Amino acid sequence: MSDVIRPYGDATGDGMVQVSFTLPIAHDKRAEGAAAQLARKMGIDPALVVHARAMGPEFTFFVVYGRVNHLVELDKVAVVERDYPLLTPKEVNARVRKRLRRPLVVVGACIGSDAHTVGIDAILNIKGFAGEKGLEYYSHLEVHNLGAQVSVPELVAHATQLKADAVLVSQVVTQRDAHLENTGEMAAAFREAFPPDRRPVIVVGGPRFDESMAAELGVDQIFGKGTTPGEVASYLVHRLVRET
Amino acid sequence: MKLQLDPQKVSVARELAALAGRPVVEMAQAHTTVSIERAVLRMAGLEGSDVDGIPWANRLTEGVADRVGLDRGVALPVWDALAAQRRAGIGTDAPLLTLAQRAAAGSVDFRQPEGRDAAAATTAAMKAARAGVRRMDRQRAAREKLLARYPVDHTPWIYLIVATGNIHEDVPQAQAAARAGADIIAVIRSTGQSLLDFVPEGATTEGYAGTYATQENFRIMRRALDDVSEELGRYVRLTNYASGLCMPEMAVLAGLERLDMMLNDSMYGILFRDINPVRTFTDQHFARQVHARAGIIINTGEDNYLTTADAVEAAHTVTVSQLLNEYFGRQAGLADWQLGLGHAFEINPEVPDSFRLELAHALLARELFPDAPLKWMPPTKHMTGDIFRGYLLDGFFNLAGVLTGQGILLVGMMTEAVVTPWLSDRDLALQNVRYVLDATAGLAEDFQPAPGGLIATRADDVLGEAVDLLGRITEDGLLPAIADGTFGLMKRPADRGKGLDGVVTRAEGYLNPVADILGEVPA
Repeated sequence: MSDVIRPYGDATGDGMVQVSFTLPIAHDKRAEGAAAQLARKMGIDPALVVHARAMGPEFTFFVVYGRVNHLVELDKVAVVERDYPLLTPKEVNARVRKRLRRPLVVVGACIGSDAHTVGIDAILNIKGFAGEKGLEYYSHLEVHNLGAQVSVPELVAHATQLKADAVLVSQVVTQRDAHLENTGEMAAAFREAFPPDRRPVIVVGGPRFDESMAAELGVDQIFGKGTTPGEVASYLVHRLVRET
Repeated sequence: MKLQLDPQKVSVARELAALAGRPVVEMAQAHTTVSIERAVLRMAGLEGSDVDGIPWANRLTEGVADRVGLDRGVALPVWDALAAQRRAGIGTDAPLLTLAQRAAAGSVDFRQPEGRDAAAATTAAMKAARAGVRRMDRQRAAREKLLARYPVDHTPWIYLIVATGNIHEDVPQAQAAARAGADIIAVIRSTGQSLLDFVPEGATTEGYAGTYATQENFRIMRRALDDVSEELGRYVRLTNYASGLCMPEMAVLAGLERLDMMLNDSMYGILFRDINPVRTFTDQHFARQVHARAGIIINTGEDNYLTTADAVEAAHTVTVSQLLNEYFGRQAGLADWQLGLGHAFEINPEVPDSFRLELAHALLARELFPDAPLKWMPPTKHMTGDIFRGYLLDGFFNLAGVLTGQGILLVGMMTEAVVTPWLSDRDLALQNVRYVLDATAGLAEDFQPAPGGLIATRADDVLGEAVDLLGRITEDGLLPAIADGTFGLMKRPADRGKGLDGVVTRAEGYLNPVADILGEVPA
């Protein structure tokens, strides 16, 4: 197969694509011209504005078909690989059931003065986030959500008592870098309380974390803005459940 | 279109729901919660918050709880303290606010009044509560007047969502949606508000995936929709949430600010937000009494069960929940026209005959609850990001809604699970609805499910499974059933969950002037 390809409409190499978009102008001749201009700038030439419809007095919706003059160079395609596979809830449950042979215990909390449970609830509550159910939905994950304003010693005590495999902490408030300070303190407390081979996996998440700072903060994984429950569950299986 | 359900089976189902629900209503009537007590203060006109944003209703309730506890309610100690305050000549302009401020400073010695003092406090509290209830009554009358002037004479009502996080952005979006055909605007709340044990204050401009529900935001949006109702000659209804830890307060604020519908499910908070079951049922009974009086239509959340469990296997749990919501609703004084019982189009489209099964389930709900304006929820679980296929699925959802006479149609978006709806998504979605409505409005009259055919049989089977499940629930009790994960697969024991510390067993002599007034006149 060639390393250079074009989009396929109904014949090899025809380069045909379709796009739709809205422009914030009233629908008239000029609006259709504006849509064709945008399409040309996107590399679609000739651009055929096949549909234009007024949406109220100030907006127009367009559907455009045309030949795109860009080439796809397959040898230059770069993909950032996640270092663990994304699993469906079914796969997560199956792996835990077959290989761990007991429920995987997850303890979650908001630590310090942070009362914003949005993050931890999005990941843990069955309601979930971004159309994915939270970890409570997974039949083979045993989830304990301790809620907000949990102190570090309390968290360590609960993790010990519940025999946590993983501890999930969310931090939303970032005033004076509170999230970094709290996280560092928590990581240190867990290192102190557990021998290295018995320590639960520590995962933190929040909108202002830099995902590359895990080692610096002494945690195992950091999840940033937009993380979904499925990603967290997949990571936990990757870390905690042996492959065979 | 008729299924010819077995009337015997239908009445058994209702009797079992009543049997399962009765102990829960009794439990609710034996308890109060911090939010119910705060709702009493809000009904009496207490608004605003301190410099930290803690509402005065919370401050005053905490003040009473710390000194004398809440087992006889806030009303007696508060109106007793107000009498003392008046005698001392303090805060005559805004007595309740002044008392809350003084309580927050720790300078009020609340007591449980006895004898003549208790009688005087009761009279004063009833008077203050009655003034609030009258404000709510005036809003109900205003709605009825506006509906007469700007009638909405079609069904289903078309329900659209706005959720920018900023009330001032929500307003133009809501008005644009109304102009495009929406009969109902729902303002989605900020993620996590349901777990706040206070109602935020003021006009808000920042939220997570939604806009905070506050009294001021309610006012701003209602005013904006009143303007657009006048422009269009069609009354546009406003919806928000009476759910989460502040359900009773939300109900009061909605009544005072003339919201028209409220999401209010009997078990959603328990199952999906891990709120304590006793807290939820207690809050809910009061909230629904308020809704009944305010003329608000509730929307229940059965659609959620189908997003977590399989929509075919769990179909009967929807029916059971609808029957329970109906029982609890009627017990709180809601009329059938106020019961927007929920269900959803969530069967996997790969399942053979999926559309026929959807019709069976939708018809079952329609026939079981002939006078309820059912709320019909669009597909979400099987919306994959393939917007073209999603658009087709939404078309079939609309068709099922029209064919089975659903009262409230939440407009499905082809970009469900992709983005929050774009302007063009909403426009395309409304074109979809309008096409189906215009093309098939009278189709139900030509269409009769064959007796003994798949649709009739399936509906009968689901009703049978619902009766069986209700039978098991009445044996063990509803709370243990919830604890065992009967609904939505979630296990929620009655002694766990959020908000339990705000539940109080009522003592002899408990007074809730608002509940007493609402109990006087059935809506």
